[in-house]
Formats: sequence, C-alpha cells, structure tokens
Amino acid sequence: MIPAQFEYLAPTSVEEALTALSTHGDDAKVLAGGQSLLPVLRMRLNAPEVVIDLGRIDSLRGIRAEGDQISIGAMTSYYDILADDTVRTSLALLHQAISEVADPQIRHRGTLGGALVHADPAGDCGAPALALDAELLIQGPGGERTVAAADFFEDLFTTAVGEDELLTAIRFPRYDGWGTHYEKFVRVAHQWPIVSVAAAVKVDGSTISEARIGLVNMGSTPLRASATEQALVGCEATEDGVRAACDRVAEGTNPPSDLNGDADYRRHLATVLTRRAVVAAAGG
Amino acid sequence: MTTTQDGPDTVAAQTEATTATGHEGGGKEIGRDRRRKEDQRLITGRTRWTDNITLPGMLHLAMVRSPFAHAKITAVDTSAAKAAPNVVAVFSGGDLDDSIGVMINAWPITTDQVAPAHPPMATDRVTFAGEIVAVVVARSAAEARDASELVDVDYEELPAALDLKESAEDKVLAHPDLGTNKSALWVFDSAEAGTGGNVEDAIAKARDGGIVIEREYRQQRLIPAFMEPRSVVVDPTGEQLTMWTSTQVPHIVRFALAATTGVPESKIRVIAPDVGGGFGGKLAVQPEEWVSWWVARQVHKPVKYTETRSESLMAGHHGRDQWQKLTLAAEKDGTVTALKVELLADLGSYVALVGGGVPVLGAFMFNSIYKFPAYHFAVQTVLTNKTWTDAYRGAGRPEATYAIERLMDELAVEVGVDPLTIREQNWITHEEFPFTTVAGLEYDSGNYEEATAKAKELFGYDELRAEQKRRRDDNDPVQLGIGISTFTEMCGLAPSRLLGQLNYGAGGWDHAGVRMLATGTVEVTIGVSPHGQGHETAFSQIVADRLGVPFENVEILHGDTQISHRGMDTYGSRSLVVGGEAVVRAADKVVEKAKPIAAHMLEANVDDLEFTDGRFGVRGTDQGVGIAEVAMAAFTGHNLPDGVEASLDSDATFDPVAFSFPHGTHLCAVEVDTETGQVRMRKYACVDDVGTVINPLIVEGQVHGGLVQGIAQALWEEAVHDESGTLVSASFVDYLVPTAADTISFQTDHTTSPSLTNTLGTKGVGEAGAIASTPAVVNAVVDAVRQFGVSDIQMPCTPERVWKAIHAQGAGGADPTTGGAAPHFEEATGQEGQTDRTAGAADPTSTDGAGA
Repeated sequence: MIPAQFEYLAPTSVEEALTALSTHGDDAKVLAGGQSLLPVLRMRLNAPEVVIDLGRIDSLRGIRAEGDQISIGAMTSYYDILADDTVRTSLALLHQAISEVADPQIRHRGTLGGALVHADPAGDCGAPALALDAELLIQGPGGERTVAAADFFEDLFTTAVGEDELLTAIRFPRYDGWGTHYEKFVRVAHQWPIVSVAAAVKVDGSTISEARIGLVNMGSTPLRASATEQALVGCEATEDGVRAACDRVAEGTNPPSDLNGDADYRRHLATVLTRRAVVAAAGG
Repeated sequence: MTTTQDGPDTVAAQTEATTATGHEGGGKEIGRDRRRKEDQRLITGRTRWTDNITLPGMLHLAMVRSPFAHAKITAVDTSAAKAAPNVVAVFSGGDLDDSIGVMINAWPITTDQVAPAHPPMATDRVTFAGEIVAVVVARSAAEARDASELVDVDYEELPAALDLKESAEDKVLAHPDLGTNKSALWVFDSAEAGTGGNVEDAIAKARDGGIVIEREYRQQRLIPAFMEPRSVVVDPTGEQLTMWTSTQVPHIVRFALAATTGVPESKIRVIAPDVGGGFGGKLAVQPEEWVSWWVARQVHKPVKYTETRSESLMAGHHGRDQWQKLTLAAEKDGTVTALKVELLADLGSYVALVGGGVPVLGAFMFNSIYKFPAYHFAVQTVLTNKTWTDAYRGAGRPEATYAIERLMDELAVEVGVDPLTIREQNWITHEEFPFTTVAGLEYDSGNYEEATAKAKELFGYDELRAEQKRRRDDNDPVQLGIGISTFTEMCGLAPSRLLGQLNYGAGGWDHAGVRMLATGTVEVTIGVSPHGQGHETAFSQIVADRLGVPFENVEILHGDTQISHRGMDTYGSRSLVVGGEAVVRAADKVVEKAKPIAAHMLEANVDDLEFTDGRFGVRGTDQGVGIAEVAMAAFTGHNLPDGVEASLDSDATFDPVAFSFPHGTHLCAVEVDTETGQVRMRKYACVDDVGTVINPLIVEGQVHGGLVQGIAQALWEEAVHDESGTLVSASFVDYLVPTAADTISFQTDHTTSPSLTNTLGTKGVGEAGAIASTPAVVNAVVDAVRQFGVSDIQMPCTPERVWKAIHAQGAGGADPTTGGAAPHFEEATGQEGQTDRTAGAADPTSTDGAGA
C-alpha cells in the first residue's frame, strides 16, 4: 500500500538531524532502518508530515571496543552486528537475540538503535540491552547525556529519548566468559516473540555466581528479572538446581493477552523459558 | 522416490512406474519430470500481472470501506474528496444505477434458499466490516488513496450477527428485512435416497451394546491468502469492453457481467493474465470488478484498481467456518453402522458465488472410504455480518475429511485398537471397486491397502509407535503423537448432469482447441485457467505425446475469452481431469484431419496409415510423412484431396461421466512439548494415488503446497473477529501463514490406480494435500496428549490451547478463539505519536518487577 505523502529529509550529520527534529517537532518521524516504521506508514496507521532518515549519517554506524566497553552506533544494522567478532565473543547474548530478529532481509535494514527507540515490548533487543546493563547515549539540543538501560524504557513504545533528541550509540560492558542463551518462543518463524527470555550467567564450578535475566513481551516494556537473578546466585547450574528460582520469574509482571496466548499462559511460559535459558546459558 | 529431489534415479523410477500401468497415454513426455516452462516468468515477476498493465489515460480507483460490521449509512459527503488534487470523480451508493449489476449466487442449494440481494457497493446499509461504500477515481493510485480518506460517511451502528451458533438461532439478524439468518437447509438421507439404511435405527441399536461416538468439531474460518492481491483493469474505449482481472474464472466473470450489467456477452472480453495464486479465493465474482467495470463506463476511460493486502484479507472471501455435530455408530468390534452429520455453515453477509454449495460438496464425502450402511447429512447455512465465505482449497471436502478422520481415531480408542486397524476393518477393499457409496457416488478405482502399506513403510510406523511408548513410559516432557488420515475426495467438478441435479448454475464440461501451425509448432487453447498450477507444462506434455511433436513446440494459450472462447475455468482440481481430456480429444481430431492429407501426399490408402511419434507411415513400408509436413501442406492448400479443408485446427468439449476420486494415506508424527504446549512436526509421510501422473514434479509440488496449507489450518491460521465484528487477524502479523522455515521435509510417494473417467487415467491433485493433512496433524497432536485425558483440541492447535488441554485434563483445548486483542501494528500505533501518554500507567511492579 502507498503511504500518505511526506517530506523526506536525509541529513548527513547528527547536528543536521537534530536541527531537522527541532524544526519539525511533532510532525516528524525518525527513520532508523524501517523495520517497524515502514509497515506503519504503508498501512497508513501513521502519517507524519516529515520523515527524517538517519541512514546517511556515517558517524552513527559501527562497532568500537572502548576499553572494557563495546560501543555500537545506533544506526548499525543487525547484519553488521552479527558479523562482528567482538560482539560474538563478548556480547554473545546480544548476538544470539539479534540472530533471531525477523528474517535476513530485515536484518540488513533494521538497526539496533531503531529497535531500542521504537521500544516494542515484543522486540528482541530490549531485554538483552536491559539484562546486559547497556548505557544509551542520547544527543539533543542541550548536548549529550547517558541513560542506563534500566531508566531507558518508560512504557509501551516510549523511551527516555525526547522528541528533540536522538539515540546515537549503545554502550555495553564486556561479558567475556559468561554463558548466554536467548530463548525465543514463537508459533511461526517470522513472528514477534510471544515471550522470550535473555539469560547470561557466570558459572563457578557447577554453581551460578552471577545471573542476568531479561524478559521480552511480559509487560509494557522489556523487563529485568532482578529478583530471579539474585535467587539464582548459588544455585546448582542444573534444571532442578534453578527450577525454584525460575518458577517465580513472572511474579508481578503484567503481560499482554492476545491471539497467541493470555497473560496467565505467558506467565507460565516465562517460568519454563527462563529455566531453559538459564540451563542452556550455563552450558546444560 | 521418496523425496522432493528429482535426481536421475527418481525420474527413471517414476517414469517407469507410470508407464508400467500400461494405461493409454504413456508416452515420451507423459510421466516425465519436466521443470515448469512458465516458472521463469512467474518467479521473477517479469510478466503480465494485472497490476503491471498500464493503458493510455488510465485512471486509478481507491475503495472506501465500512469500518462497521453492520450499520445504516445515514449520509455520505464526498465533497472534500472531490476537491482533492487530481481526483476525477467520487461515487457512492446514491450515484449508482442498474447498470452496475449485482453479485450473483450461482448455486442456490435449495429452491427456498433465503439470500439477500448483493449489490457491488452498499447503498443504505453495510453488512460486514470491509464492504465498499464509495469509490474514488483519481489520476494516480496514491492520490486516489489519499482522497479516499476524505470521504465522510455517517453510520448508525446496528447490532451485528457474529457468532455462528447464535446467528443460527436468529438472536441478532444480519439482514433484518429477511426476518431470519437461516439461509438454506440441505439434507441427504441414505434411507430416503435408497443408498443405505436408516441412521436413527442404527444409532438406536448401537446405543444398546454397540458404540456411539458423539463429537462436535469446529472448522475455523480461514483466509485464502493468495500471493498476488486482487487487481482489475477495465478498458471501455474499444469496440469491446475489456477487463483484465486477477481471477481463476475469466469465463464465469464474462458470463456474469453479461447477465447482470446489460452489456451483451459478445461485447465483453475478460482476460486473466498471469495470476499469482487463488486457492479458491479467486473463484469469485468480485464487487471490486463490478465497481471498476461500472466506473470505467461512467468516466469513459480505462481504470485500474489493485487492493492492498489488508483489503485482501478483509474483503476477499474467506473459507471453512463450520460447526460440525457428528454421531458415529458402530458395532462393539468397531464395524461402523451409521454416520450422522449436522452442520452449521457460516455464509458471512451474502451468499457468494458458490458459497452455499461449499458444504454440499462435503455432503458426499463424510462417509469417505468407509462402508457405512447408513448415512444422514444436513447442513444449515447461516448469514452473519462477516466477510462472506466461499471456496477455499478443498471446499467442503477438507471439512468432511477432518470430521471422519478425527472420528475414526476416536473409534479406535473406544475399541482399543490401532487407528490403522479400525480403518482397514471398515474401508472399501481394492477388489470391491467400482464401489457405490452410501452417499450415492460410484468410486471408480483405488487401492487403500497398497497406499497404506507403502505409507507405513515410508513413515517407519512401527518404530515411531515404539518411540511413542518409550516416551510415555519415561514420562518424557516431550511426547510423541502419530496421526493418520486415509482420505479420499471427489474432484474435477463435473459432470454437468450431476451438477444440474444439485441446482448448480453452470456445467462441468471443459473445452480445448488444438491448432497445428504451418511451421510445425502447435497452438493449444484451453478453457481452464491456470493461476500457478503448471498447466502450460503439463498440457504441453500431453500434446507432445499425442501429436509426436517436441515439447518445446507446443504453446498453451489461456485465460482470455477472446482466445480461449469456451471454458469453465480452474477450481476443484478439475483442470487436468476435465480440461486435459478435452486437449487429448482435440489433439486426436488433428491427427484424424491430417490423415487424409498424409495419405494423399503418400499416394496411399487412409486405412493403410499408422500414426506413430508424429509420423504417418504406410504400414509394411518405410514410406511416411511427418505431421509438420502435413501441416505445411494444409497451409498451402496446393494439393489437397477433394473435399478436405485446408486446416488442421480442431476443437473438443469434454464432460466426464463422474468425478475423480484421488485417495491416499497420510501419516504424521508430532512432538508436543508438554511444558509449553508447542507442537513440532517430526515426520510426515504420504502416499497419494492420483491415477496416472503426467508430470511427477508438478504433482510433488501440488502435494507439498497442499500439505503446508492443510497443516496451517491444523496449527497456525485462523481469521478472528473481535466482538464488534472487526477482523483482528487482518495482516500477516496476526494471520499466521507459515513459511518454509516452519515446515519439515515431507516424505512422499504414490500408487497408481488410473481413473476410469478419462482416457489419460488422471485424477485431480490440486487439493489432495490440503484435504488430507489437517486431520493427520490434529490426530497426531491429540494422540500425543491423550494420556492426559485429552480427546479434542480445537484448531488451530496453538501452544496455549494444547498446554491448557494437558493441564486441565482436556478442558480448555476445545475453547474457541476470542478476539479481544488488537492487531500488533494497531497496538503499536495506538500509542505512537501521542503526546499524552501516561508513563507508568502499566502495573508499576512490572517495570523491574520480576519476583519480589
């Protein structure tokens, strides 16, 4: 279907993009790959007057090791992230989650920054970013600020990025030596996750010494299962060893009900998938 | 020959298998794995899809559609749309005149059928969400679309009839003026028809010491979801009015335009250029065609309309949608004694082209391959305020096959035997053919024993049963289930006489023309109309063999009423069994016409000629002449015998004496994750008998595609409306059409029991896979979890339903889908761009809540 008419801007620098944003304000939408925005435009569910395409801003692309951190430009495509060896070894959880995003065509177009700012609670990237304690670099008219992933996701499709701001990069601590697993539950391959669990664990001997758990599509934002993370510490890294800790992962969550399952079923799924993700991450 | 690969061994084996039948038609081409000659252009898209057609001065249409399932139109203001840039005209219901015609129902199944008049565009009332209320005509498609949003329609919402069972009780009326939602009650009773005994007597007897199984199954609503959205171009500027349309049925469209719009049939040319799939969804007369036709005649310019995917899912017809109440009676040992079928069928808001007849196509198939002594079938068709239903791959037979194959599994459980045993105990043995069934049809050929034996071996039945037992004994969280479907179906929608008895509005014949051209190539016109099946390849193979010309020298022309002037089009797996035989007959007539010319050229007696491999030879000599040379002689006409016309053209119309009855045994193994309810396909093996195979590769493709579509009904697809009648599964985000990533590699094979209804011995294959696979999969799912007390899970078998069934001792699995949730993207945009979002409105514990 043909989208409603819009003005197309393709700035080549962040400054230029920010100027465009402040000029057009509410009337503008940022195009950061198009995985979600293009279908929305084509289905005419939204009709912005201006589309600001960040695709020509080279400085927003690329993956850099910065000391004990890894910085990923907001406009780096899924495909480029998957091709990066540092991500594969030091951010394996992110790598696994992104390898499950949509299909190859979309992985060539879609970007990590675009996915995070879109903040679809069913998106694959938010939970790993949350679980891995990512920092999000946001640039606006007043300069740059850094927001912790825990403070980034505010609500359904709402983040800390203001209307006159842009997400420019995502910074992750390295997770060398951690075991990781992304457990995605879908009915057909091209679907958004019904529920997914992103798990990273550090195993000391046969005991879990640290754990990071992120939940996809279990509420209006990606969720961090901190209580379960704490409960997992000291657990034997086996199915039975982690069961009790994982069984409580859905407590307090408010997942959606839709054609793929009601909230109770999702809560149940989360416990099973968390157990499986943790055991798989621990090498079980 | 168990895989999809067409390695040399496979080809040789299959060719041998086919020719080994000794059936007429076994030649150099028939039975050969030809790659499809049409695929290059179809797959690359470099071809004439309707939407690719651009005519000088062409205008573009956009439809304004009702957002309500049932509402009164109180006012339509088109002024803003008319004032929009490059808008040429806007028409709404009030602007119409009689020349727009009506949408016809070609199959009123009873003489007292209640059916509302079906206008192409609503005038005062809308009856489903998606109905056309206005059309915008502009110089570009984008401008038409933009302006369509400016048409202001005032509605007064009316109560909508949505639930099938409630609608059958007339709780809310879909069309208040009709006074009822009940459209037609169609009944077949074997005692009344003289084809069997009395069902009630048999059931009463079974209640006393025998077995009576009573079940209620749901056939969910499906969407055909063809790849190419519907599209129509109308050119009113020539001597004839021409319509290009993405349809399965150009001939039927032409007939219906003539019958309803006042334009003489001889002035109408309808062209189905290459068509990207249909699955029954384009066996239709489409309101969009009628509106485009009318608008073109109003504005005197060519117009084009191409629907969006959302429009396609919402306003192209849907399929299935039945409640099935079933009673099966049997003796204690499992010998069946009676079958009683009571259906409610959801028509949607109008009785579509053959919509009412779809369940009737199932009426003769519930008894399937089993020897029921008594049979009763009744269907009540019901009007609701939803998109109308009509043919969808299998049309009536998948519903029937599902019901009987699920019941046979239940009977096996009741008797305590293997489900294959109970089938074998009751099926028609191969010695009993031809066999007249309790539904009154004569099955011409088949061999259920052979197909089943082959399928069991291919599948590894005994090994998988052993594994199933192991997993049960070990209380494995992943349980294995095995599902069976020993199906047959009736296809090749024909013969005309029988269709007439069923009150069907047309014939079941088809037509072909064969023209031997001067340069030795052959032009073949066919009245059946391909939309992905591979007609050009298969029919070329037939003609190549009949005329002894190279495959490459045969051109198949189709889909244009000016070129293929007679035809009944493509649906119901009829193209080869009806149209293929017409081609055979037309080709044979060419040979007969060539014979006297050849004899004249050879200075021999006609009776001394024999025709082999494209050459007329004088028996007992080495003298002969090729058919191409005869064609050249006919072309020049320089030296023809007296009284012989200078033409090798021929035509033939074929009307078979009966349907064709393909059959097969399908075996499916699934793994069910009892912790999540997830169903994974483990193995699928099937042996189909489609009679003589013209092109094994095409048959293989048809079986694979059919299997996936049938499996999709079992596991994934469902059209769901919310409580206001809006289609929730209105995009491919929410209507889950599977891709290759979701399926497994199928093990396929075939047996060959040639059909006796056509000389080629072929049976239809287009729908077989879709008919057979659905019950095989659901039987497997239920089999995997039966030990938890589960005896039914409603389709689609979602993980949630399966999990609930397991953990509630069977309860919950059979619950219908409720449509309360918003589609994914709508949910997204409901929030996006709003400035008054209330952050933290969600449960505050959820933000970082997990576990206290």
